[in-house]
Amino acid sequence: MTRIFRLGFIGLVLCYVYTPIFILVVNSFNESRYGNKWSGFTYKWYEKLFENDSLMEAGWHTLQVGLTSATAATVIGTLAAVALQRYRFYGKGAVSSLVFVSMLTPDIVMAIALLILFVTLGIELGYISLLIAHITFCLPFVIISVFSRLKGMDMSVTEAARDLGANEWQVFSKIILPMVLPAVASGWLLSFTLSIDDVIVSSFVTGPGYEILPLKIYSMVRVGVSPEVNAISTLLFVGSVVLIVISQLLLRKKGN
Amino acid sequence: MNKQFNQFRFWAIGLATSWLALFVLVPSLMVLVTSFLTRDADFLIQYKFSLEGWKSVFDPTFIALLWDSLSMSMITAVICLAIAYPFVMCLMSLPKRWRGIVLFLLIVPFWTNSLVRIYAIQFLLGKKGLINEALQFIGLIDKPLDMLYSQFAVIFGLSYILLPFMILPIYSSMERLDFKLLDAAKDLGASASQRLMRITLPLTLPGIIAGCLMVVLPAMGMFFVADLLGGSKHALLGNVIKNQFIQTRDWPFGAALSILMILLLSFMLWLYYRATKMSNREGGINDSNF
Repeated sequence: MTRIFRLGFIGLVLCYVYTPIFILVVNSFNESRYGNKWSGFTYKWYEKLFENDSLMEAGWHTLQVGLTSATAATVIGTLAAVALQRYRFYGKGAVSSLVFVSMLTPDIVMAIALLILFVTLGIELGYISLLIAHITFCLPFVIISVFSRLKGMDMSVTEAARDLGANEWQVFSKIILPMVLPAVASGWLLSFTLSIDDVIVSSFVTGPGYEILPLKIYSMVRVGVSPEVNAISTLLFVGSVVLIVISQLLLRKKGN
Repeated sequence: MNKQFNQFRFWAIGLATSWLALFVLVPSLMVLVTSFLTRDADFLIQYKFSLEGWKSVFDPTFIALLWDSLSMSMITAVICLAIAYPFVMCLMSLPKRWRGIVLFLLIVPFWTNSLVRIYAIQFLLGKKGLINEALQFIGLIDKPLDMLYSQFAVIFGLSYILLPFMILPIYSSMERLDFKLLDAAKDLGASASQRLMRITLPLTLPGIIAGCLMVVLPAMGMFFVADLLGGSKHALLGNVIKNQFIQTRDWPFGAALSILMILLLSFMLWLYYRATKMSNREGGINDSNF
């Protein structure tokens, strides 16, 4: 009896988590504009979506920022994780606490901090400012993902390689990188999803000339219901799920 | 060879260090400085010392608003805790394989756009939404409830979005709990509630505090939740900060507000470290397992 109760509770919570998403997906195929009642299956919102040029342009921008910022964050983050794991250097403690702090800082605080920096330095709000901001909030996730994999590995191989005359770059590229590759890939995927989903930071650091998808959606849903948003949300949801499944599979693949 | 060694080391350390210094440390210090500067209509800020920004923080109307936002976030945290704690306890009774799958199912929506999920909640809570239809169908109510654009809706949305942030730290501290302790207590005659109050709760306290930290602070910042579910009446701290920066352009005030949030974060971190010391256990803040 208690077992049924427990499983029921778990099921209930999962139901609660998925119901809104389910409604969204169903409504994206719903003929009715306001989505209160099911009035027949349709693709028309998806067709409208692909005809909506400004939405498509915002989508393209989002993809651009997502791909570049995830890649840059992964490169910097992987190197940082290796440095934190292998080397002793001045200020190492400060670096790891900065990583920790930047992960816990509420998005909105990071957003205004960066906005103040950009305005003071005279960096125009647009692609570059978005890129810098997205790299910054993705970075700790990559560092932690790679670092925790490094921590679980047997490092005697790298010592052996050093003894046999490999330099640090060779040790990194021939031994460490192949070993941590799943964590690196998963860090990239997480960064990419974080980047394409962000609303809070982006709404501060982008300018009117460079619109991205989440902000475009935000301005659309503030005005009222628009079924194209259901369609694009469904696509975003499916995309995120695919990426997350891949990244989790990569992380699960432990060891050799 | 030695030169190359130095080069790789230099780049590995230098890139990340300078990035974090330039885009995390320096901006944070600039926020602090900005909060003590003078507001300027044309150039946003004047480089002249002023306490005006901080004075606005202690303005009674603002204090009321701050209290409103803080209480909404705390209620959110309590609701998340009330769902998450029993949920994790139920989860622990499953075999390990299944735990991973359930946690994974929970994390999937968490990685998808939170704005989109809040928008979906509008469908759920609306007058002709699923909840109203269901309640009317089973005959609990005659007229649809007015749930959308209320404090209730904001709290509902926040706890929906932030639930996984409460579950994950609690799970990771529960996973480290030594279940032999519970068996021993049971053998010595402790009742189920005694075991919960005297062993499980104190030992998972760091996880609970970590969870609260990860719910309360982001909850105060999520301006889009208040915007989409609360109408214009129920603002969060995030809405106020956003207004100060984008519309009113009172940067010193906005900066002072975010310093306030950082102080709150530090206070909660301090609580967390005290709790870890007390129970000698980590609560999962450092975990890579998000």
